[in-house]
Amino acid sequence: MQDMTPLTTLALDKGDWLNLVYLFAAVLFYLGLKMLSSVKTARRGNLVSALGMLVAIAATFFVISDGEAISLVWIGIALLIGAVAGLILAVRVPMTGMPEMVALLNGCGGIASLLVACGDYLKTSDADLALLPGNTLMAIGLATLIGGLTFTGSLVAYAKLAGSKFIPDAPVQFAGQKALIAVLLIGGLVLSGYMIAQPGFGFGLILIAILALALGVLLVIGIGGADMPVVIALLNSYSGIAASMAGFVLGNFALIITGALVGASGIILTNIMCKAMNRSLMNVLFGGVGGAVAGGKGGPQGEARSFSIEDAAIVLDAARTVIIVPGYGMAVAQAQHAVKEFAQQLESRSIDVKYAIHPVAGRMPGHMNVLLAEADVPYEQLQDLEQINPQFEQADVALVIGANDVTNPAARHDTTSPIYGMPILDVDKARTVFVIKRSMNPGFAGIQNELYFKENTGMVFGDAKKVVSELSAELAAN
Amino acid sequence: MDPFVISIVVFVLAIALGVEVITKVPSTLHTPLMSGSNAISGITIVGALLASFSETFFALGVFLGFLAVIFATFNVVGGYVVTNRMLEMFKGKDGK
Repeated sequence: MQDMTPLTTLALDKGDWLNLVYLFAAVLFYLGLKMLSSVKTARRGNLVSALGMLVAIAATFFVISDGEAISLVWIGIALLIGAVAGLILAVRVPMTGMPEMVALLNGCGGIASLLVACGDYLKTSDADLALLPGNTLMAIGLATLIGGLTFTGSLVAYAKLAGSKFIPDAPVQFAGQKALIAVLLIGGLVLSGYMIAQPGFGFGLILIAILALALGVLLVIGIGGADMPVVIALLNSYSGIAASMAGFVLGNFALIITGALVGASGIILTNIMCKAMNRSLMNVLFGGVGGAVAGGKGGPQGEARSFSIEDAAIVLDAARTVIIVPGYGMAVAQAQHAVKEFAQQLESRSIDVKYAIHPVAGRMPGHMNVLLAEADVPYEQLQDLEQINPQFEQADVALVIGANDVTNPAARHDTTSPIYGMPILDVDKARTVFVIKRSMNPGFAGIQNELYFKENTGMVFGDAKKVVSELSAELAAN
Repeated sequence: MDPFVISIVVFVLAIALGVEVITKVPSTLHTPLMSGSNAISGITIVGALLASFSETFFALGVFLGFLAVIFATFNVVGGYVVTNRMLEMFKGKDGK
């Protein structure tokens, strides 16, 4: 990329070749993502993408192994440790643990970008630093900032998802939190800019790293568990942008392109999740929804009718169409296999079964789809909000399993409700609604669900897995 | 053209490409999309490899490079394997 070389020579040096290989890898990543647009080609797409990664790593290794550097053995060891750890965890993690796994992976990507930027900076002598263009120095600061906050943010998200004792699922907020976040963020950006003026100011970089790590914690700790789909998608995006910034540091197109692809992907998912809750990203990040009691009115009161397993089974047996509405409760109870068996039981009585999947059901985008796929539920039966909502009116039974706020009719009409305007599944329009729930405790938004007090709603109390299994058994016995 | 300007051009075009291709992914596959794109962002491993390559042994910068290699490799391997596991489950239903 120096001045124009005469075409006649057309001599590509090693760096040029490497960049062409990277471009090839980036094309494979692109094709891999493209193949994710259909369930049929998705798996091959992932393999194509993995092949791209293999090519990029092999080419890089080939180029650096040319010299006789003492660090090569250590690099081999580092590769081995990372690969073995990644493999073990990826093979062992249960499908219900997928949100935590994704959070952990995001975090690792973030810290890697931070380390690459800082490592590259520390490796460069002061004399050479002074020669670096300002934008490279700025990129070092930004990669450190974004990588660092992705890391700690992901760890906090991980702890919340894994139900850690130390970090509560509910949002942790304190006075001045927003101001502190703003100060830290501006401080990080100013310091990144300052790197241009004072290239040798290594302490500044350490300061940026510390600011970034603190920022990650502050940003995520104030967000409630049920808003995690947004957070996970956003952190996904950050990890990509951090990789891109590391690419700017190294002048490496592979990192810039792929980081941008991932950054775009995360932003789109974030946007989809926010729309599905009818909330702005700012509201999700700083709204602190999910505190003890929102609104304070206590919601609708009245009698909720409790149904026994036997009574519920009789109604289900007489139904012709049943729509199952899974939520986070199904994931917690690990009830997906029981649900599938129950659905088979219904289908064996020629009852039509469909699943209604709300975009933010669960703790990450697509959470319910993965769990039901694990249980071998045909994905054609899974319907999203727009597809399924018109069908509730014709449904005999809507069976809500561990979903709460996404079924609350108050979102349609109660302007005082915190979830007003959020697109919901119109389960209340079904002839009969059964809600499987542990107790009458309000949902995540801290509001009581109006649905439970409707005339056509019956509550079946108990653990999702237990209740569903008992319903299957009761049906089979008839 | 300044390399930095070229980099910015590439960055912006790549984002446009990303938006184009990702909007076509069905919501059923959003989780594998996240873990899969996450594995791709492990491309930092390339930077980590370059950063950890050195003639000197005891340099903090090189040590950070090693750590970066570990994390990035974890990201890459873990991401692809877990995505493959999920997609296998989705694929299994095609024939039935």
